Amino acid sequence: MTPMKKVLLSISSLSLFLQGQAQNGLDPVDILKPLSDQWTTYSGDYSGKRYSALAQINQTTVKNLGLAWVTRVTAGTGPSGSAPGGGGGRGGGASAPIIVGGLGTGDLNTGGARFSGSILQVNGILYLSSPDNAWAVDARDGTILWHFYWKTRGGTHTGNRGLGMWHNNLYLETHDDMLVCLDATTGREKWHKEIASFDQQYFSSMAPIVVGNHVLVGTGNDLDAPGFLQSFDPETGDRQWIHYTVPMNAGDPGVDTWASLDAARHGGAQVWIPGSYDPETHLYIFGTGNPTPAYTTGRGEGDNLYTCALVAVNVDTGKMAWYYQTSPHDTHDWDSTETPILVDAPFHGAMRKLVLTATRNGYFFTLDRVSGEHLVTGKFGLVNNWASGLDSQGRPKRDPGKDATVPGSLVNGDVTNYPPPAYSPDTGFFYVPENNSLRISYLIDDDPRGSMGLGGTMGGGGLSFGSALIALDYKTGKVAWRHMLSGGSSGLLTTAGKLLFGGDGSGNVVAYDPASGKPIWHSRIGSVGNAPETYMLDGHQYLLAVGDDQLFAFVLH
Amino acid sequence: MNIRKLIAASACAMTIVAAQTPPPANPQNGRGARGGGRGPNFPQQTRPLAAPEVLARGKALYGVHCSACHGGDLRGGDQGGPNLLRSMLALGDQHGELIGPVILGSRQDKGMPAFNLLATDTTALAEYIHSVLALVGRQGSPPGGEGGANLKILVGNAEAGKAFFDGKCASCHSISGDLKGIATKFPEPRTLQNTWVSGGAGRGRGGRGGGEDPSAKPTTVTVTLGDGRKVEGRLVRIDDFDVSLIQSNGVRQTIAREGDAPKVEVHDPNAAHKALVPTLSDKDMHDVTAYLATNK
Repeated sequence: MTPMKKVLLSISSLSLFLQGQAQNGLDPVDILKPLSDQWTTYSGDYSGKRYSALAQINQTTVKNLGLAWVTRVTAGTGPSGSAPGGGGGRGGGASAPIIVGGLGTGDLNTGGARFSGSILQVNGILYLSSPDNAWAVDARDGTILWHFYWKTRGGTHTGNRGLGMWHNNLYLETHDDMLVCLDATTGREKWHKEIASFDQQYFSSMAPIVVGNHVLVGTGNDLDAPGFLQSFDPETGDRQWIHYTVPMNAGDPGVDTWASLDAARHGGAQVWIPGSYDPETHLYIFGTGNPTPAYTTGRGEGDNLYTCALVAVNVDTGKMAWYYQTSPHDTHDWDSTETPILVDAPFHGAMRKLVLTATRNGYFFTLDRVSGEHLVTGKFGLVNNWASGLDSQGRPKRDPGKDATVPGSLVNGDVTNYPPPAYSPDTGFFYVPENNSLRISYLIDDDPRGSMGLGGTMGGGGLSFGSALIALDYKTGKVAWRHMLSGGSSGLLTTAGKLLFGGDGSGNVVAYDPASGKPIWHSRIGSVGNAPETYMLDGHQYLLAVGDDQLFAFVLH
Repeated sequence: MNIRKLIAASACAMTIVAAQTPPPANPQNGRGARGGGRGPNFPQQTRPLAAPEVLARGKALYGVHCSACHGGDLRGGDQGGPNLLRSMLALGDQHGELIGPVILGSRQDKGMPAFNLLATDTTALAEYIHSVLALVGRQGSPPGGEGGANLKILVGNAEAGKAFFDGKCASCHSISGDLKGIATKFPEPRTLQNTWVSGGAGRGRGGRGGGEDPSAKPTTVTVTLGDGRKVEGRLVRIDDFDVSLIQSNGVRQTIAREGDAPKVEVHDPNAAHKALVPTLSDKDMHDVTAYLATNK
């Protein structure tokens, strides 16, 4: 870039920034700030900690936390924004405009919105999404300002994980593989680009992550297809780079961990949950999904790189800096996509730049995030029986006897999943939902060529041993406390008010003491989606939580 | 948490979420088309098939020219032909425009021989491949994914199973009493095994959990109030803040909880199974299943 262009660019970004203040814009520089008044990206900030500096709501004041507003959100083209007991619109205002896009028939994803992603809060506006839908909502009173509906062509409609924002642009991934750019002020579509092949059975649901002038985008696929992370230009939607998470060419590193190049190229490792970003090293660190075929033979006996791994990629080049595999040669569909958390914290007497992750296989890892050096492995889960100890690199050693077998193998289920974990620097604890169950895993496709996708097995005989919210010590990997719940915990939020918020799986949003797990406050709002969030407006700290298809905002009274 | 609470917690229906598991087809709350897109509804599954005579011709040609290398089921063959049901090229093809040139020889450098076929033949082959691709099931499972019917589930030693049963199960169960004819009631060995291991829950095939048996004994709860009075009944729900129960007279009551007060005791009829199952080896499990299978 020429110096003159650089000057022009910074002037234009400055003016964009100033305009943005008036028209709901977000300068990407603001995403670098630690989580506080706004919620600018999937995890609130790049660290993945979900630790807010806000402390107005704290252990003393939380007893006064009460409802500010509630809004029901309806997907599809039905009426939007109806308040409970009221018909359409709030306060007598006109109902929100519905902007319709898409290339399909639009007969999917109508009715009560299904929330399993993050909600942005920028300049007093909330931006939220469900599969094929996006909304802007007034963060002060819950009024829906606009609603965008994408008429889908189909695809496997998992949860949508949220929106990304760059100046006045919002980015939505759709399950028929489009990246849709919306005008944040109006909800009108600016452009859409195909980010993966719908014909090849990809489906896209990740929350796009904006880093500088990169929009990072991930996709999913269950049919033996290669996974990848891509970066797009925020203005034009042109692709900047693509990073495959499995070897794609003869001689690629890791290809010898597969039965063949063909097996590697069909090996999965999808990227469907956002990672975290370290601005100092320019490394975007994310987890990859399961190998395919997921449960059966057909991939050789090797580790199957880079499936079920933590991967660090330079955001400017898309090149991998390091990786660490958290579930080598996975045979249980245990994606390691859970959002990792970046912390600077003491370790063995020195401050270290760490990355922490708790993966679906029931193991917790502390690594050096600059080098990828392994530091700690911990185990969680009350009935976690699939592995037989750790190898020399601290990775769990799969017990082949616990693979799916024809007469059945009694093995634990997913110990955690996509709902986001959290970390509090006040306690030094990493908080994560824990599920405890055993089931019998049967092989029903014993074809020596291996099965396909997630096929070939059948589960049965399930027994639950309860769910829990747990705190892990990153220095030892040990469980510091475990609070049993009667349902599975949602994702989590911690705050400088010395509070830990989460849904308890029984319809409550709960504030816990992060030091002990003791519940301090709760409100029964329905099934809590993804994770509670918080923001500050006009001197008031809000707690925002999804209960079923409604948004609940709480403030102190 | 003590074991009782733990058991109480586990009394709730288990929720295990598979990788990116799509929502269920018929959500309990029935609001709109929430389960929309459960799949498979990708283009390969939704596109119109070619005319039957075209597919018949494609199938015959496939049998002659392709099946030796790619397998009769298209999932790859002994001679090294790749699985066509996960072929990126086949998935991207519409009506033979991508598949045709490969058949005619564009991939000879990768070991795919050239076939001297007419355009109508390559189109018919492509349409046939698409008709099989249409049968790929949910989450990429192969056509006919509910197979395995011919697999031998009963591999255990019935005698060893009897010994295990007599030692660990006979204090609650009897083969001539409550379990009489259990193998007749559950003739399918997987269902038999799922049922006895889970204590009646999780009997179902498929899925990862399976529903609770409606005929199973309910979980009950005893709440001892501050004044010493006991309230008992069938447990409806319990969390950190409330316990709800239905008393024997049919009255539903919700009692507030704060920490350990009032005292709440949950009686899970399946507690013995939950204590036993984590200690169960796969061999013990197969042996007991083999023993129960003799009990027709």
